[in-house]
Amino acid sequence: MSGHRPRTMFEKIWDQHLVVETDTQCLLYIDLHLVHEVTSPQAFENLRLSGRRVRRPELTFATMDHNVPTDNPFDVRDPIARTQIQTLADNCRTFGIELADLESPDQGIVHIIGPELGLTLPGKTIVCGDSHTSTHGAFGALAFGIGTSEVEHVLATQCLWQTRPKTLKVEITGTRRPGVTAKDVILGLIARYGVGFGTGYVMEYAGEVVRGMTMEERMTLCNMSIEAGARAGLVAPDETTFEYLRGRRFAPKGADFERCVAEWRAIVSDEGAVYDKMVVFDVTDLEPQVTWGTNPGMSVNVSGTVPDPASFDNPVQRRAAEQALAYMGLEPGTKITEIPVQHVFIGSCTNARIEDLRQAARVVRGRRVAPGVRALVVPGSKRVKEQAEREGLRDIFVAAGFEWREPGCSMCLAMNPDFVPPGERCASTSNRNFEGRQGRGARTHLVSPMMAAAAAIAGHFIDVRELLRDDDTERGAEHGTAHSA
Amino acid sequence: MEPLIRHEGLVAVLDRVNVDTDQIIPKQFLKRVARSGFGQFLFYDWRYTPEGEPDPSFVLNHPRYAGASILLARDNFGCGSSREHAVWALEDYGFRVIIAPSFADIFYNNCFKNGLLPITLSPDEVDELFRRAAREGYRLTVDLREQTVEDGDGFVARFEVDPERRMRLLEGLDDIGVTLQHEAAIAAYERDRKAVYQNVFR
Ligand code: SF4
Repeated sequence: MSGHRPRTMFEKIWDQHLVVETDTQCLLYIDLHLVHEVTSPQAFENLRLSGRRVRRPELTFATMDHNVPTDNPFDVRDPIARTQIQTLADNCRTFGIELADLESPDQGIVHIIGPELGLTLPGKTIVCGDSHTSTHGAFGALAFGIGTSEVEHVLATQCLWQTRPKTLKVEITGTRRPGVTAKDVILGLIARYGVGFGTGYVMEYAGEVVRGMTMEERMTLCNMSIEAGARAGLVAPDETTFEYLRGRRFAPKGADFERCVAEWRAIVSDEGAVYDKMVVFDVTDLEPQVTWGTNPGMSVNVSGTVPDPASFDNPVQRRAAEQALAYMGLEPGTKITEIPVQHVFIGSCTNARIEDLRQAARVVRGRRVAPGVRALVVPGSKRVKEQAEREGLRDIFVAAGFEWREPGCSMCLAMNPDFVPPGERCASTSNRNFEGRQGRGARTHLVSPMMAAAAAIAGHFIDVRELLRDDDTERGAEHGTAHSA
Repeated sequence: MEPLIRHEGLVAVLDRVNVDTDQIIPKQFLKRVARSGFGQFLFYDWRYTPEGEPDPSFVLNHPRYAGASILLARDNFGCGSSREHAVWALEDYGFRVIIAPSFADIFYNNCFKNGLLPITLSPDEVDELFRRAAREGYRLTVDLREQTVEDGDGFVARFEVDPERRMRLLEGLDDIGVTLQHEAAIAAYERDRKAVYQNVFR
């Protein structure tokens, strides 16, 4: 223990998981290893070839999400995807790993089910062969994505070699205006500081805006930390965290839970702890965001316009903007609200939790999807789907003309049959607008679930607050109360 | 893993920032369950037209870069998805070294696990290399023991690399083998943790 020196929450978790420390590398113990079908087959294969076993199968949990079809998950027509799904099932059986397979009520996107099942807990180290593992940091767990060689390494040793990252405190201040979600906050943050500003750092999100966020919102925030280049995102656990976890399947129960809560309360940065870098981001003037380019940092306020590449001082950035606009088929100066969409995707580990679906449904209720728009809702997990159906959200979406799908990654990366055809535009609640991400030649605009829902209704981007205001006026009239805008 | 000590090779250039792993190896090729054979799909959407013909405008299709083993790139190379397939594709295509002003974290890690050396040079040095690499047949020599990059024509740069990673690459050591030498420490850690965290630490 390092005496009385004030420490950041990152340092506390890191120090507690150190098994071996050399001059430059640390061997970290891993408390939870999440596995899915795409990045694991080669790891298991190598284990088998080298005659090694899985050291702690009980700290490993697997699911199928990336390439499961979301119309009928049991009808995997792509023979190679079928092989991958079957291979994961075989590997889990051979090595004694619990698997949420396609029949399991626990199945869903790996970063949605970890928290949902209470596998994700404060203070844990969590890894998965997927970059959006940063999502779990919302609980105060140190969680990061790894490559397949590292998956094999964790399977074999339950440890991982790491260099100590630097720490970056992101303080989010001000007051969010209505209609400005966690998605808009993180897109706005990356637009301000760039897609590389977190590289080499673990980011800790702090400040009153973060404290006021629900767990769903914190997960959206941490999910996209990797889009800023950060190894992980962290939010200190608090009452909101504990309430979310209470009673979840793998969370401790009864007196054990209370004992854990007492320990978890200590996983906060000490007064006076030193960070390698700090930024303060005020969200008071932030509007709902829409990306116009081919990385998540290329976003603007919905009231804005597509920027002119000539406005970038740095020649490399200028060229990147030119290439992005050419790919996206956009002219500088075009108003964001004049950009039409043909596809709307509400889903992914960024925004397919129950709260995301509730927010989107609030916009959709009583309206119709615009002609010519194909709109999809893909719940993040079986549990989300069932809850949404119980709450009547499914009926709202279906009545409006949305397709209601089975859980999976779906159009987030288009490894299954859900994709956007070349040259067509998609308003997407996912996290990456890279070239070809949603299909070859597909043009992705990242937005919040409410903004995606609004675009589906309007057929083009629109400030969701206009729709919400109309709703308020109507409701105000019904109840005979005056509303100020 | 094949050791890398000193490497001399032809330089290919990719003058774009934020090249992401979706670009390096598009997802339709991630469904394979083997590690080999990804080179043919490297930069697929840039390399080939939608009809499947090589796109003559993409640099790696220029005959002058045939056989290149050193890739010169820009900032934040390898960002995005954690897919190690990106490294497997670069390696299988024939690259042993990538030089850029900065790399994304997970990609950088993945390189070392596969004997591909990512070298970070300063933006100025990288600019200079881009200028020099405009010359056809431009070659570089990378020496991992000395931690230098040079072209035999006046360009010499030193690069930093974590000493442990350097050693593993020089000797072609397997990470898991190294870790298992610490078995006693891992077992002791597990005993201690379990005593304190019996509820969480299943
Ligand atoms: S939803 Fe998208 S980002 Fe999330 S795990 Fe699946 S493919 Fe990755």
